[in-house]
Amino acid sequence: MALIRKNKQFKWHRKHLLGLRELSAEEITYILDTAKGFEQISTRSVKKAPPLRGKVVVNLFFEDSTRTRNSFALAANRLSADVIEFTKKASSVSKGETLLDTARNLEAMGIDIIVIRHNAGGAAKLLSRNINACVVNAGDGFCEHPTQGLLDVYTIRKIKGTLEGLKVAIVGDIAHSRVARSDMWAMTKLGAEVIFVGPPTLIPAQVNQLPVSVSYSLDEVIEKVDVINMLRIQFERLGGNPFPSIREYSHYFGLTVERMKRAKPNILVMHPGPINRGLEMESEVADGTNSVILDQVTNGLAVRMAVLFLVNQAAAQKD
Amino acid sequence: MKVILKSKQIDEILDDLAGRIVSEIPSGLDIAIIGIRSRGEVLAQRLSGRLSKKLGKEVPCGTLDITLYRDDLNSPQGAAQPQVRTTEIGFDVDGKIIILVDDVLHTGRSARAAMDALIDLGRPKAIKLAVLVDRAGREFPIQADYVGYKADAKPEQLVQVFLTESDGKEEVTIE
Repeated sequence: MALIRKNKQFKWHRKHLLGLRELSAEEITYILDTAKGFEQISTRSVKKAPPLRGKVVVNLFFEDSTRTRNSFALAANRLSADVIEFTKKASSVSKGETLLDTARNLEAMGIDIIVIRHNAGGAAKLLSRNINACVVNAGDGFCEHPTQGLLDVYTIRKIKGTLEGLKVAIVGDIAHSRVARSDMWAMTKLGAEVIFVGPPTLIPAQVNQLPVSVSYSLDEVIEKVDVINMLRIQFERLGGNPFPSIREYSHYFGLTVERMKRAKPNILVMHPGPINRGLEMESEVADGTNSVILDQVTNGLAVRMAVLFLVNQAAAQKD
Repeated sequence: MKVILKSKQIDEILDDLAGRIVSEIPSGLDIAIIGIRSRGEVLAQRLSGRLSKKLGKEVPCGTLDITLYRDDLNSPQGAAQPQVRTTEIGFDVDGKIIILVDDVLHTGRSARAAMDALIDLGRPKAIKLAVLVDRAGREFPIQADYVGYKADAKPEQLVQVFLTESDGKEEVTIE
């Protein structure tokens, strides 16, 4: 067994997963390859394996979440870890406890991995610098949502074989989207070309410093792309009036059945969820044959298992 | 370094193993072969080909990745950082006689991990262990049911199996 590994010199060494910007293409590929091995756990008779037995994972969520929180919890459970669910509302945060104090107190109970979602960019990084446990970023402000980026490229790679040479449109509220950023880093590092599409008010100001092109017209790009990722309009984060009306937004940037007729026949339609049906995407498209939205959720579980496994491995080697 | 088995001998050993498996397992029972990644996978494929021929029916063959079941995952002295790979078993293990195949039986830890991995997939009627090479150094109470070759190796010696499909050459060495 030891022999074949001699050819594979790559070693995963990060005990934190904070973002995809800092990862190399090789590291991203290693996570994706590792995730492949976790897929079958969810399909067999005993949906559990022992690698995190005796470890404690804390889901430290300061923002609401359905998919990510449950996916991380289930991923940790399937690796035999114990999971503590922390919610802002039911905690001492409402009494004024700071993020670091909260984390340090949890750590004092002997936890091993913190999965954190926070509305402030850099929250995961702050934790990683101040505590010993592994830190996995489950979304920080508008910065990154690395496991979403990973599951998106995993889903594309699984169906298309590679990211190399693919054109990917990421459409909608780019400015408020950490998914768009993590996707962009992962996809471009793996060789895809990314186009941000949206009204100028929802495209970030410094976009020219990012490795993407920009289009203000979905109609211009719909025929060219191999993958289209429709972002949710994040009403809870929008200030002012970025577009005149929902109807107008939908008219110009919604993925409609009409627009799909002009797309490549094997285009992959993605959405990080939750969908505003009828707004960024018509229901027929969301549930159509090109949609891989539920595959994304399924793959997310394998990807998160791989991430939890790898950060724990890196921590075990360092101790 | 000394070559203890060459290509021709490995072939003969596999023929012999297949013969013994067929003669010892009552006909009528379902046999399936599962190789432990990585070299067990290659050996399992070769064995299943031989068994299929002898029995005149397809003997299913699968591959087991035992990384998640290793007992050194959380120990810092755990040798190389193991890469998780896929388990590919395209048949139901329930009720079958599973012949678990590995290249070298040494500490017995891989076999322990493989049995745990296997019973998470279902409930085989029995699990048998077949290895190309058996050597001293057991750390667990585990023995093989089918041993191809017993190597006389001292504790500090390394027994290595090289197979064409995985290594581009075919031999067993001791050093």
